[in-house]
Amino acid sequence: MCSLALFPPPLPSGHTTLCESNNELLSGVNYIFFPQDSSLLSLYFPRESLKLHSRTESSSKAAFLDHSETLWMRSAAAWRDGGFTGLLNEITNSHTEVPKWLSVSSGCTLALLQWVSSFHGSLFPHLTLSSEDMIAEFSQVLNWPDCVVRAFAWHPHTDKFAVALLDDSIKIYNPKSATTPTLKHRLQRSVAAVQWKPLCASALAVACQNCLLVWHVDPCSLSTRPSSGCAQVLSHPGHSPVTSIAWSPSGSLLVSASPMDTAMMVWDVAAENCVPLQRVGGGGVTFLSWSPDGSHVLASTPSLLFRVWETRMWTCERWPCVKGRCQSGCWSPDGSRLLFTVQGETVIYALTFTDAPGKVYTAAAVVADLSETTFNTQDGDITVGGEIQSLAWDPKGERLAVLLKGLVQLIAVFKTRTSPIFELLPCGFVQGEPGAEPRLMQFHPNFQHGALLTVIFTGSISIDPGKSPGSLYRSHR
Amino acid sequence: MFSAQQSCWFVRKVICWRAAASIAWAVLLLPPTTAAFIILSRFSILHPFQWISECLSLLTSASAIFSFILLGGVIIIVGFLNLEYYTVIPNIACSKIALLGQLLHPRQFLSSLVHCIMGIIVAWCCAVTIGGRYETLGYPCVESDGSPEMCLNEYHLVLLLAGAFVGFSHSLLGVIHNMNYVSFHTVQRYKYLRFKGSLPLVVKCSATQALYSVRNYIVIYFFLGYIPKTWMCKTLNLHLNSSLHSLDTIAGLLDLCLIYHLWISATFLLFTWYITLVLFRIFVTEVYSFPVQSSFTEDSHQCLPKVITEKQPMILKFLALQDLALLSQHAPLRRSEVFSLSQPGGHPHNWNAISKECLSLLSDLTQRLIVYHDTVATNGRAKPLSTGSERKTSSDTSGDDPFTPKSTPLMKTPASVFTRSVVGGPQSPLTAPFTPDLDSPFASPALRRLTAPVGQCSPWHDTVQSPHIMRRGPKLWSTSTDSHVNGSPQLSPASVPSPKQEVSKPSLLAQFLQNRKEQVKNFLAKRVLIMYLFNKLPEASSQALFADSQAHIWALEGLSYLVQASFSEDRFGVVQTTLPSILSSMLVLQEAVDRHFKLPHASSKPVRSSGTMGDCHYKTLRFALRATLKTAIYRITTTFGDHLSTVQMSAEHRKRLQQFLEYKE
Repeated sequence: MCSLALFPPPLPSGHTTLCESNNELLSGVNYIFFPQDSSLLSLYFPRESLKLHSRTESSSKAAFLDHSETLWMRSAAAWRDGGFTGLLNEITNSHTEVPKWLSVSSGCTLALLQWVSSFHGSLFPHLTLSSEDMIAEFSQVLNWPDCVVRAFAWHPHTDKFAVALLDDSIKIYNPKSATTPTLKHRLQRSVAAVQWKPLCASALAVACQNCLLVWHVDPCSLSTRPSSGCAQVLSHPGHSPVTSIAWSPSGSLLVSASPMDTAMMVWDVAAENCVPLQRVGGGGVTFLSWSPDGSHVLASTPSLLFRVWETRMWTCERWPCVKGRCQSGCWSPDGSRLLFTVQGETVIYALTFTDAPGKVYTAAAVVADLSETTFNTQDGDITVGGEIQSLAWDPKGERLAVLLKGLVQLIAVFKTRTSPIFELLPCGFVQGEPGAEPRLMQFHPNFQHGALLTVIFTGSISIDPGKSPGSLYRSHR
Repeated sequence: MFSAQQSCWFVRKVICWRAAASIAWAVLLLPPTTAAFIILSRFSILHPFQWISECLSLLTSASAIFSFILLGGVIIIVGFLNLEYYTVIPNIACSKIALLGQLLHPRQFLSSLVHCIMGIIVAWCCAVTIGGRYETLGYPCVESDGSPEMCLNEYHLVLLLAGAFVGFSHSLLGVIHNMNYVSFHTVQRYKYLRFKGSLPLVVKCSATQALYSVRNYIVIYFFLGYIPKTWMCKTLNLHLNSSLHSLDTIAGLLDLCLIYHLWISATFLLFTWYITLVLFRIFVTEVYSFPVQSSFTEDSHQCLPKVITEKQPMILKFLALQDLALLSQHAPLRRSEVFSLSQPGGHPHNWNAISKECLSLLSDLTQRLIVYHDTVATNGRAKPLSTGSERKTSSDTSGDDPFTPKSTPLMKTPASVFTRSVVGGPQSPLTAPFTPDLDSPFASPALRRLTAPVGQCSPWHDTVQSPHIMRRGPKLWSTSTDSHVNGSPQLSPASVPSPKQEVSKPSLLAQFLQNRKEQVKNFLAKRVLIMYLFNKLPEASSQALFADSQAHIWALEGLSYLVQASFSEDRFGVVQTTLPSILSSMLVLQEAVDRHFKLPHASSKPVRSSGTMGDCHYKTLRFALRATLKTAIYRITTTFGDHLSTVQMSAEHRKRLQQFLEYKE
């Protein structure tokens, strides 16, 4: 088992990790060092440049003069806006106009409903959160509400990527084209995740607060603002907010999850219909990850339980956790091994899936311990480690990046070895510019010369080129 | 009742058993449903104990057992009708008049009649179960002059007629919503889980549908209720009790208890029938695993390469294609059998048969699209001004332009769909009166060529690669419609048998008739009702064009996954020989599909209708096909990458493929 004590100490402050070469993470004070072929792309999104929403949807009421409506009109409006509870609320509040028995009975019903929902909420505390808080709680991004870049996705086959920003817009960057399309849609709010459809050049799925959007962005188009007609809206009653999405590697299906909905939706995007996969227990689904070979899907719930679905007949295995909910997970490239982390623990677990019958694993094995460790550096003692926010495994299965939550937010990089036994070996820490904290990371899915880690620091994206170019590394050994 | 299908081993051995199993489950589900119905129908909040004990005693009584037997019989008949009427290719009516034709078809009429009778039976069971005032048709009463007589119990009659009405409207709505269409799902799940998942929908649908039916029924009974009442009195020699007010008045019908009982009975009726339908769909669409090759020669007709080429029962072809798509994706062992060579001789028979059939399916669709596109004017409507049903026009269009003796190139794409389904035997004979008459002098050879078996058209498919040449195809034919048909060297064998009719066509009399017809048509086109009936429904022709596209989707998936797997698994290189034709047929289809989606109405999304049991899967098949096609090409290009440069293909296709290689499509 690997632990942080085996790691080389973090870099002195002011140094930025640039790449891995010859089994070492190289650093530099500024961006001069980059090799010729891997041109650096560093994007910076200043918070001030984004136009944020100053108003919420319901606050426009204040701009209009108050005028009296009939009870019927108000009831109808309450039914439309707030549903059944809204209607009851309206009737209870306007007790001067309705018969006494009606207002009393609706008040009682309302109280009963609130009692029941509070009971339900005590079983699943996350249900009492507002949808923004819920996304923040279950997102893979560290400190999601405050982060300017809220989601990020590389295209699986080409060098383009999509960035979702704080102002609910999505920008698509492509090194081969001068235009950067900006996607905006009325329903595109509080983007929690974006993902490109595999085996397709144009489709981008976006998990929003109330629905799921699938944008079709024509790569040859010169338009910088694709119309909202290019987006398919996929929604299902009760399935919001959507916090996680995952395309099947074959590009045929899309699964989406919402902590409010116990069912996980499997979408046939072209036909716009969905199959809810309902299971009792868990109280919702928070995080999804489809194995690269397409055979399994990890679905974690807000309670002490996660499920692993197999995708042939869509049956699932239940895996109860002891301490906390499953926070993050990632699959090995062949889909045989799952690494996951649990909230409240500082270790990485591994689960193995084999096709061979008779080999049933009843418990996950601990493969790395990331508890707090103090390093003695020239700047004094630095304590690194703690809970884990997210995991990422590069598509070749050579490097594992772990985003740590603790006091010093860092990314720890492991080397992975599968034979003779599965093992994690220490590699080093990735550090940004001084003051920049990592928020989100993703490996480039199609980088030829090793593993390319993309890290989103507070406010900017830094693409570490040649972060551990595996080939380079081997040749130097 | 089934004649042509009976001969097929698959229908005999698999489909019938699946239907039987679904019916058995539906019958087994009857007792709990009936118990729920009894509890709900006798609901009384004031006497809970009496209510429960009454329900329990009723459940064990002899009349309940008899009702069970009757209801079981009804379920069996409904299940049998499901088996008899189901189709995997939906019947899409392209105009109101076509829909009307479907509704009035004798076969449909028979089904409506049976549903009516069964509705009455179920309603009778409900009446007996609810008891009280509904129990019997007659009851002893005392006339005004003091003599005892039998009087008509109108409550009983209302309930029976409601059953008949709900049964009738169920069968009508079945036609309108294509309820007999069985769709296949992309997400495979176990039968129990699928059933459990669809149960809430069934409950919701039956409750809402019952509500609408009861509303309509009450309105009709209010106006026409006196007819069955007096008729019953006359035939059964019953009397009307003048002391009670009759039910076909506003006061009589506004009885909440009566409406509740009508609604709950209708819900019960629809629920049991919908459950039967859902179970039938779930059982019949279950994946069937065909062996790829068999070591015994007597089983060889059941192997996938043989079965996939068959046309007879459509369900067999669909299940075979579904199995192909799944095996190419998930089963490495069975894939290796597909790539294997025959033992003596070393020929890749399995791969050849499978790829040939898939390619012919794709080129069939391509041709259909091209022909459709050629005949549709740019404004998205077919050229003739008031086209009747899509199928009817095929015999009318030739009279489009009265001053040109030549018939315009005609397409009638859906015709090929429909003729195919007609060929498929009694599965969809409803289309019969509206399918183009192949022997009619107005039917174009293009149509005939389309309806001819695919195998016969194969030389055409093989020689033609570019869509430009193919687009010329139908025009070529239409110019040869006249007397020199026989001289045409490229004549398809399908049009040979009827050259005599072709020759007699452009006679003076025919021209005169055509002109008359045109005048009549112009006259009729100005009438609103006629226009309403004959105007084409937007989108419908596009839907009809892609009605059987599930097969094409599976063919594309199967081919692309097999080609992908062949990169590492195909030891003998059997796939390499067909790779150019696979790529070119996919690219040609891609171009045709792209062009089709540029037509108006083709890319408009259908309205989601969630409240019906009818499956609207067919409405979105064209979008699914477009997405699958693109993914399939990308799957091949990502797998092979730059190796594709060594594959032989035309420059145009290479350019197109380059777009895919650069992810610019």
